[in-house]
Amino acid sequence: MTQTLEDFGKEISDALPGAVLAQTMPLGQLTLEVASIDIVRTMKFLRDDPGCAFAVLIDICGVDWPQRAKRFDVVYHLLSLTKNRRIRLKVQTDEASPVPSVVGVFAAANWFEREAFDMYGITFADHPDMRRLLTDYGFSGYPMRKDFPLSGYVEVHYDEEVKRVVYRPVELVQEFRDFDFMSPWEGARYVLPGDEKSSKGRG
Amino acid sequence: MADVLGDQRMTMNWGPQHPSAHGVLRLVMELDGEIVTRIDPHIGLLHRGTEKLIEHKTYLQALPYFDRLDYVAPMNQEHAFSLAVEKLLGLEVPPRGQYIRVLFSEIGRLLSHLLNVTTQAMDVGALTPPLWGFEEREKLMIFYERASGARLHANYFRTGGVHQDIPGGLAEDIYGFCEHFPKVLDDIEGLLTENRIFKQRNVDIGIVSREEAEAWGFSGVMLRSTGLAWDLRRAQPYECYSDLDFKIPIGKNGDCYDRYLMRMEEMRQSNNIMKQCLDRMPSGPVSSQDNKVVPPKRGEMKRSMEALIHHFKLFTEGYHVPEGEVYAAIEAPKGEFGVYLISDGTNKPYRCKIRPPSYAHLQAIDFMCRGHMLADVSAVLGSLDIVFGEIDR
Repeated sequence: MTQTLEDFGKEISDALPGAVLAQTMPLGQLTLEVASIDIVRTMKFLRDDPGCAFAVLIDICGVDWPQRAKRFDVVYHLLSLTKNRRIRLKVQTDEASPVPSVVGVFAAANWFEREAFDMYGITFADHPDMRRLLTDYGFSGYPMRKDFPLSGYVEVHYDEEVKRVVYRPVELVQEFRDFDFMSPWEGARYVLPGDEKSSKGRG
Repeated sequence: MADVLGDQRMTMNWGPQHPSAHGVLRLVMELDGEIVTRIDPHIGLLHRGTEKLIEHKTYLQALPYFDRLDYVAPMNQEHAFSLAVEKLLGLEVPPRGQYIRVLFSEIGRLLSHLLNVTTQAMDVGALTPPLWGFEEREKLMIFYERASGARLHANYFRTGGVHQDIPGGLAEDIYGFCEHFPKVLDDIEGLLTENRIFKQRNVDIGIVSREEAEAWGFSGVMLRSTGLAWDLRRAQPYECYSDLDFKIPIGKNGDCYDRYLMRMEEMRQSNNIMKQCLDRMPSGPVSSQDNKVVPPKRGEMKRSMEALIHHFKLFTEGYHVPEGEVYAAIEAPKGEFGVYLISDGTNKPYRCKIRPPSYAHLQAIDFMCRGHMLADVSAVLGSLDIVFGEIDR
């Protein structure tokens, strides 16, 4: 099964010269990395080619990798109902460069792309309605980015004086406790206080 | 709140606190007289940042957030997350654990469909069905409570199996419920199926063709109502569904009435699956014996130092999941519920994208309602089967 899926991925890359940059099979799930400019062409092919027939767009989501030059992944999941197959496509982008929208291919992409924009600030070119979706009216910032704090920047409360709900900067009575449970003996990528000398001497 | 634009056209605000909104949905509707010309749903009023929170929690702590997504059928959501983590870990669930999971997934399906069918009836004017449906839901939630300790937020489908074995007597009681439940369904059907008002409000309303359903990413009942027998329990079986015998009801016309009929039939099928699970329930452990992931039993912890260390490590640091990414989906009552999980090898998920079925369904409301009457919007909303916990996340 895995073998045929791998061959199937190769067939797709052959049919779309230049579009597919890499092919991987994490845990037996076919994943193709696609060039940003070719995403609409690839999607159209995957939907219309009778051998692929990926008629259903399951999901689009953003992933943030801040240490990378192109920090965002846009991950597309497609499903073929007739062939009973799934495929995952990945497109890399950064804050400035928009990804071509696939709303023209899959109507369902509309909200999923709006959500990726809302959460990560990934923009989609030619999207018919690029508004925020899940966050509050007038919200600023992109909450799912790794550099956005979990507690956010503002909180709301009811102000007795102005008789309405107002925003104010977050005030935490107790500092946010983000415990580090990583064991210092395995895998922790930092030096414990007082350990600097020992690790220097070791090297 | 109508702002009159021309002779007949107006923009109307609907919600966010409307009884037939099934939660906090705000619709900005453009109407031409009583005909809907455009709907702009405003969602996110229940956004709690679940995905962000999960990135800051260990895998064990992330699980309860899934109960709070589709709070009508909590355990089904947990199931998708547990499957995703198990795939990354390469963990095998023992047969008894699988059967218990399937049993409670089907209870979840009953919970969801009971609520949906009866509130859909309420949206179109019938008040008795919800009262009858909620009585059964109450019994089912007591089963939840007896197994997990909580009526709603169960936190029961842990990685590797289920939290604990079902208590003595519960299997018999669930079986007793299954014996009596078809009678309740008959009663509800007696109220609705041939009811003149119910049919007038639902037949030929919100028709979706197969092509439209595919383009809008429909799944579950919404997709099957167009005549396509696509069910993940059959097409991509997980747990022990391949051993169980059940039928997949499909629709003919793709309208609200078909979807009602299908949900009723799915409940009968679920009832059968539950009976089969109880009949075949194997004995043995309910969760994996790998103590690097699954906490040891309490009694063992009191005697064995090894178990005590495992317990301490699992509830402080948690378990580490190997680097990788995985997409796991289940057939939730509302459609395909998927979890896309990226692990970076630490004890917390790097990214956890939740793919809720209602999200895809709700965005199609604009195209489904165009040209319909204003009063049909609530009928379509009812048959979409949406829950805001999972849409807003």
